[in-house]
Formats: sequence, C-alpha cells, structure tokens
Amino acid sequence: MKYLLPFIVSAAFCMPGSATAQGTQDPVKRGEYLVTIGLCHDCHTPMIMKQDGPGPDMTRALSGHPQDIVVDGPAGLPKPWAAAAISTLTAWSGPWGVSFSANLTPDPETGVLRDFTEQQFVQTLRTGRHQGQGRQILPPMPWPLIGQMTDDDLKSVFAYLRQIPPVKNKVPDPIPPVQ
Amino acid sequence: MQGVLERAERFRPARRHRLAAAAAALALLASGNAIPQTIKPPQTLQQTGLYADFATLRVDPDHLAFAPQYPLWTDGAAKRRWISLPPGTSIDGSDPDAWVFPTGTRLWKEFSFAGERIETRYLERKADGQWLYAAYVWSADRREAALAPERGQRGAFPFGNGRSHTIPGVNDCKACHQGSRSEVLGFSALQLSPERDPDAPHAEAASGIDLRVLIEKGLLVGFPQSLAQPRIAAASAAERAALGYLHGNCGHCHNESGPLSNVGLFLRQTFANRQAAIASTWGHPVKRPAPGQSPDAVLRIAPAHPERSALMQRVASRYPALQMPPLGTELVDQEAVGLLRRWIRETEEHEEIISQPKGRVP
Repeated sequence: MKYLLPFIVSAAFCMPGSATAQGTQDPVKRGEYLVTIGLCHDCHTPMIMKQDGPGPDMTRALSGHPQDIVVDGPAGLPKPWAAAAISTLTAWSGPWGVSFSANLTPDPETGVLRDFTEQQFVQTLRTGRHQGQGRQILPPMPWPLIGQMTDDDLKSVFAYLRQIPPVKNKVPDPIPPVQ
Repeated sequence: MQGVLERAERFRPARRHRLAAAAAALALLASGNAIPQTIKPPQTLQQTGLYADFATLRVDPDHLAFAPQYPLWTDGAAKRRWISLPPGTSIDGSDPDAWVFPTGTRLWKEFSFAGERIETRYLERKADGQWLYAAYVWSADRREAALAPERGQRGAFPFGNGRSHTIPGVNDCKACHQGSRSEVLGFSALQLSPERDPDAPHAEAASGIDLRVLIEKGLLVGFPQSLAQPRIAAASAAERAALGYLHGNCGHCHNESGPLSNVGLFLRQTFANRQAAIASTWGHPVKRPAPGQSPDAVLRIAPAHPERSALMQRVASRYPALQMPPLGTELVDQEAVGLLRRWIRETEEHEEIISQPKGRVP
C-alpha cells in the first residue's frame, strides 16, 4: 500500500493516445474518445510500471480491480492521511471503507454492466446509484462530473463499453468502514 | 469538492472525523448537480399554497388530506399528506394501475420526528407534464420552512449512534418517484381502498378521502367500478400485510413497468398481475448477490427460512451496499422485519401459487 498522488498525476498523462473522435457520429468511436479523456482507465484499468513509468495495462483494459490481488482491510493511515490506493489504482481506502473499481467489460459472468440497460447506465451516472436507483456508488468514482455529460455522450460510452474485449475478472465486494 | 466530502461522509456510519478532506483531494472530483431541475420551485413552503393562514399554520380547507394504508417507512416519522386538484379538474383513472393527474395537481407530505415538524415535501404537475420536486426544511422554531438544497441535507434530525434523518435531494426523490408509470406513489387505488388492512405495519387511521369518496365527488373519473374496493389477494392476514408493506416500500422501484423491470422482482401490486409479488420472490433464485449478503441466501425468499432469504437480509440491514430500500431510511423497520419473518415461516400455502402463478384470483 502506498500513497500515490504523484503516481496518479503521472498516470493521467500516460493514457492511451490517438483518441480523436471529435465530430464523429459513430457512437462507439465517440465513446472510446470520451472514456479516454474522461480518465476512466485511471481506475478501471490496472496500472503497471512500464519502462517509461506507470501506465495502464491495456491487455486488461477496463476490467477493474484484479481478482488475484487480495485486499482484506482498510489502509489504517496515520494522520493527516485520509485515503490511499494500491499500486494498480484499482482499490481505494478511505472513510467509506475499501472500494474496488468495477469490471466494465462485457464479460457475461463478471462484468458489472451485464444486467444494465442503456437507460440504467445513463441513470447510474446521473444519480450515483447502482442501476440508477439502487445502492450508492462508492468514492472515488467521479459520477457528479461524468453525470454532466449529455445523454448522447453517455449512450456513446455505453455503446463503446458493450463491445470492448470481455475480461473475466470477478471484482471483490467493497469492505465496510471500521466502526 | 464539498460534494465529495459529503459523499465520503455518507459511507461512514458512525464516528465523525475530518479524514474525508484528503480523500476528496485524491479523488480529483468536482462537485455539482448531475441533473439540474429546469423548473425552479418556490423558495418557501408558504409560497406553495399549502396553508390558508401561515401565521397559524392552518391548512387550506380546500386541500384534501389522505393517508395511504401501506405507508412508506421513514425511520418512524409521523406524516401528514394533502392533495390539491385545480377546480373543475379530475384524475383520469381509466388505467387503474397508473392514474393520470391534471396539470396543476399539488401534493404535500409533512414529516415530524418526536412531535416536531422537520420537513415538508412537495410535488406539482407543471403544464409541460413534468413534475416539480421540492423539499422544505422547517426552521428551529418550526415557524418557517425554506427550500432545501437541490442535493438534499443531512443531519436534519438526530437518531443517535451517528445516524440522522436526511432530507433527500431531487435526484433521490426521482430515483423512487420515477420508478414506475405514475410519479405519484401513495395516492393510488390500493393505497386509498375503503377496505383498509388492519395489520399493515405502522397503519394510520383512515383520514380524509378514500377511493369511494374520490369517485363520488367526481375527482376520479374512468376508474372501473368493479375495482372500487381493492384488496390484496393473500392466503393469510400476515401475507396480506407483508405484500402490502412490500408494495408501499419497495414496489415503486421493483415493478413490471419501470426502469428496473429487467431485475425481475415485482413487488408492486397491480390489477394487471396480482400474483407477481409471490411468483417473483417465493423460491425464486437471487439474480446477483448484493455485497454483504450471506452465501446461503440463494433465494429471494426461502420458504420457511427467513434467515436464508435474501429479501429478509436486505430489509433487515442498513449497511449501505446491502440495505433495502437503498435510500430514504437509516434505521431498520423492526415491526416490518417481524412481520416479514412471520410471513416467510408460513410456507406450504404458496406451493400452488409457484406452480400456477395465475391460479388464485381475488
């Protein structure tokens, strides 16, 4: 477990390039563009150390927290630290407990969106609630920001996510905060 | 940034501390409303027209008080409710499961804890057909009520152990109210039936109008006379009350016509399908276990085994990832938990229904 703000900042500049879908009418292309500039890979694609620094492991693109990395409790941080992430940036510890980034790929067994309709996906980002009406999505998912996309943009993101390569990866349940 | 701090706080049920600040910084989030409401509500409750005399808080006598027979659990809040229809208008009840309210319809619901008014929620149907959502927070001296922030307000009334009543934001209002075909939830045929369920949890005395009066006064038109005394078809008193509770507390999201219909859990009682609640729960496999659900809870309701019933575990929890309903409540409804446990222990009666879902007609 490390405190990785510099890592985050550098990772943000190491996103996969060539996403230039401005003006395109293809929802999938536009979705790819939005996913890239929206920094979705920062948390939903495991970070690995590369020769030129940290970057997303695109062989596991958007598959969430790797199931083989076991996190069994919160970070237990000394003051004034409040939150921490593991080196993949897929598990976060804070006052909410421990959250794990979701598997956004269309894997029929482990993908979180496998039961989502397009409408539910849009509403999830609008309301911050699972399937638009259920449990709250945990921090640090920036849904208040992402939820300000237009309907068409959110639908494009959904269209893109539905056709990326599926990755079988069962993300663990969140861990409640210590009482 | 403040929004991030508030959200982080929601996930820590007991102790208060300031650690969320750094979490917010790491999260790199921005605050803001996901769906700004385009129509602006009045700034005060007084401006909504609830009262004929605000100085004495005398409610306008033209408004109609009502009390649903299966009230929504809000952590023990005492509630009062009123509806106002514009003069000369009526509700279209030709679809008995989804009434259509005229433009200008207004509804209020007042919430009190420990005898003190805390908030009053407001719905108004605008000319474009949309409903306006607002909540008003009562001042400490209970003399004024001002519009609550669009994102809601925590800490409106303390329950102890770090929990408190939350005044919902507009998005959370819509999460429930836009979950089925009618955005008005507690003002419906079953909820206003003259034949009230004496075993309903937290049953309130019948007050004001009911379905029969609405029809007699011409305020509800097109509603089939044959359905004017609706009653839940049930094998026992406990089952009737349990299904009614699930209707009033869960059915606004879990129904056959709303955005969550693909979940396949139908707890809203409808005239179109009166067996859906039992058929979609009793012996029905869980579609996807929720975080915190025990591994042996593989059925939504395990006949005779409430402890292994997923529905029971979720209703009896207030861990945010597991609890049901997922919003609007901080405290377990122990009376309802007791009722649901009794009902689930009654087992054999439902075997026929499971095999022949449409076999029982009221």
